Amino acid sequence: MLEITSSRHNPLIDPVLAVWSWEIPLYLFVGGVVAGMMVLAGIAMLRIARGEDSRSFFSLQTPLLAFMLLNAGMGALFLDLTHKLYVWRIYTTFQITSPMSWGSWVLLLVYAVLLVSALIRLPDVWPWLGRRVPKLQQLSAAIIGHPGRMTALGWTNIVLGVGIGIYTGILLNTMVARPLWNSAILGPLFLFSGLSAGAAMMHIASVLLPGDRPAPQGMIGGAIAAMIQPLGPKPPERNTVNALIRADVFFLMVELILLGLLLANLLMSSASHIEAAALITAGPMQSTSGASSSPPACCCRSRCRGWSSRTGFRTPSCRRCWCWSAATRCAG
Amino acid sequence: MPRFGMVIDTRKCVGCMDCVVACQTENDVPNGYCRDWITTEVRGDYPTLALEIRSERCNHCDNPPCVSCCPTGASHVEEFGKTVQVTKEKCIGCKACIASCPYGARYVHPKGYIDKCTFCDHRTREGLDPACVSVCPTHCMHFGDLDDPKSKVSELLRTEKYHTIMPEAGTKPRVFYLI
Repeated sequence: MLEITSSRHNPLIDPVLAVWSWEIPLYLFVGGVVAGMMVLAGIAMLRIARGEDSRSFFSLQTPLLAFMLLNAGMGALFLDLTHKLYVWRIYTTFQITSPMSWGSWVLLLVYAVLLVSALIRLPDVWPWLGRRVPKLQQLSAAIIGHPGRMTALGWTNIVLGVGIGIYTGILLNTMVARPLWNSAILGPLFLFSGLSAGAAMMHIASVLLPGDRPAPQGMIGGAIAAMIQPLGPKPPERNTVNALIRADVFFLMVELILLGLLLANLLMSSASHIEAAALITAGPMQSTSGASSSPPACCCRSRCRGWSSRTGFRTPSCRRCWCWSAATRCAG
Repeated sequence: MPRFGMVIDTRKCVGCMDCVVACQTENDVPNGYCRDWITTEVRGDYPTLALEIRSERCNHCDNPPCVSCCPTGASHVEEFGKTVQVTKEKCIGCKACIASCPYGARYVHPKGYIDKCTFCDHRTREGLDPACVSVCPTHCMHFGDLDDPKSKVSELLRTEKYHTIMPEAGTKPRVFYLI
């Protein structure tokens, strides 16, 4: 293929497909972290149900921080929509073939479960609120003091966390037009990168903790303490932090294996997938496609390729002299 | 119910863009956007070159990824003609369909919803050809029911050589190009 020219000029589509701006990458990151932290929060709840200290740093702060991050992520998702007034339409239907529909409903459940998980921790981290709203205190005591309920909430957190971690990968997987994403391995890959990021987030929070300084108890100080991790009422136990690090190393190792599998999957697939894999292995300028005709010489006499719309990335610049519209010059 | 398809003779197409203008006029396509466009492809090494001019648009695929990924059902396969349509009152503008379309056939309308070629649904329901087909000065575009063996498009696909765009994407496109 020598030269392709198109009269199409649609914004966001041409010259490079750029439909998703910063909002979706931000959600993908934050959503992954929330998924990881939900699983960790679920594990913390199961430990409380088994009789561990319910006021430990780990179990207190994980749901709170996850809930705050979830709000930021869902806010970014909403900002990405171009027909915002119709957002309610997503919750008037369920489309079984659409991962985004699955994800939206799971997000709704995640929001409710994380809200409950965070609310029952609030009286502990923000005593002022606990004193003012006795109902919250009662709710907290009714769930935390009851091992059965705590186990149920813990498992719900773990299952939903795994769901929300996997769905974003499957969402990208179904984009037929982008061979680079065309792999179901993206699901577990996103889950494990989320678990790793969630563990790292808790690790950062625990490192920033100011030792045994007592947390503020008043209205404003208490609220800030509830919002910001480092001011939790109790410092994290050493073994919790070590367990977090060990878990993170494990998650990272699994993630690396999955990345290798993803690459293997692409490299041993059809020509378009091999070309997509070259985006990772060689960068966007490297041509690996067995073009039917040899590429022509550019103005600088180097051989260059036009652009590839299969990979979603156009590379109209020459690899040697970096001149733009090399494809057009080649033809001339 | 018919299953509409389009057959375009690339040997006759001169790339005059009449189809593009007709579409923009007929469908009130906003300024700066297009539902169909002309692609020119040159293959080979000088002096043995081959030129193909194609009028491209939504392929109204038999296996449309834009429909299966839509979270609200706004993007759907219409019963009449089995064409792919967007209900703008259901569209939330998540742009998943744009990302999933290998052909770049969709765009975000300035009003927020996702827009694309409809195969002139409003015209074909009255038995007319789509606007682009009806104005083509070289008569290189043919439109009709692929399920009807007597239709012009079925006859052309039986007797002529043709190709589709990116068949490797597995979308089963229904716009065919005679070569």
